[in-house]
Amino acid sequence: MADRIDSDIGFMRTALNLHAQRQQLLAGNIANADTPGYKAVDIDFSRALAAATGSGQGAGLRITSPGHMQAAGVSALGARIQYRQPVQPSIDGNTVDMDVERTQFIDNAIRYQFALDRVGGKFKDLDLALRGQ
Amino acid sequence: MSLFNLFDISGSAMTAQSQRLNVVASNLANADSATSSTGQPYRAKQVVFSAAPLDGKSGVAGVRVAKVIDDPAPMKMMYAPNHPLADAKGYVTMPNVNAVEEMVNMISASRSYQSNADVMNTAKTLLLKTLALGV
Repeated sequence: MADRIDSDIGFMRTALNLHAQRQQLLAGNIANADTPGYKAVDIDFSRALAAATGSGQGAGLRITSPGHMQAAGVSALGARIQYRQPVQPSIDGNTVDMDVERTQFIDNAIRYQFALDRVGGKFKDLDLALRGQ
Repeated sequence: MSLFNLFDISGSAMTAQSQRLNVVASNLANADSATSSTGQPYRAKQVVFSAAPLDGKSGVAGVRVAKVIDDPAPMKMMYAPNHPLADAKGYVTMPNVNAVEEMVNMISASRSYQSNADVMNTAKTLLLKTLALGV
């Protein structure tokens, strides 16, 4: 019974973890908006999700056992970290554009809440079925 | 849980920006200090930011103040032969504080501080929503 619940929400759970990781990367970009020479990073979310759920071509090294080494430039779930294309040149080499980063941050936060709602909805369905109301 | 790292990242940025604001305040307060406890005129200070990776591989980085350096710009020489600190030619060495640059630094630091406070608020909301899952 428990593994049926697990497989039901498995996809959403992976999406939630990936959203949380992307949130960290974007927060790191916003934090380093004034650091000279800092290059803004991000992950390609749809490819990373496809790779993590195993339904698409791998986008990075997949870690399937604790003995596997992690490749550099790859987040814990195997998403490849890429650099954002700078919109405008800057004197000190910093490529963080506040508008782009804040937009991506809010976008990711809303998608995280959506995934949370879906997972919560499944539990509420189960609860409804159990109570029979 | 990885969302808690958001507090570390944004917290480090807020600390770094508040140090930058401190330096700006110190420079503006001492813009006319021709001497100090060491006998030298005040030199403007600047902060140097550097990215501080949270761990070696994931690419996530906070920020920290690497060092506080003296501004290498030349000191201002003011001609005031009656000034008690005037040298043999009648010049007094004044601090090399550029008030316009300091105001721009202050505005930039306060905007960054506000952005990082917003990131923290969003992280707090997301975590609270995650806690309320299934309820």
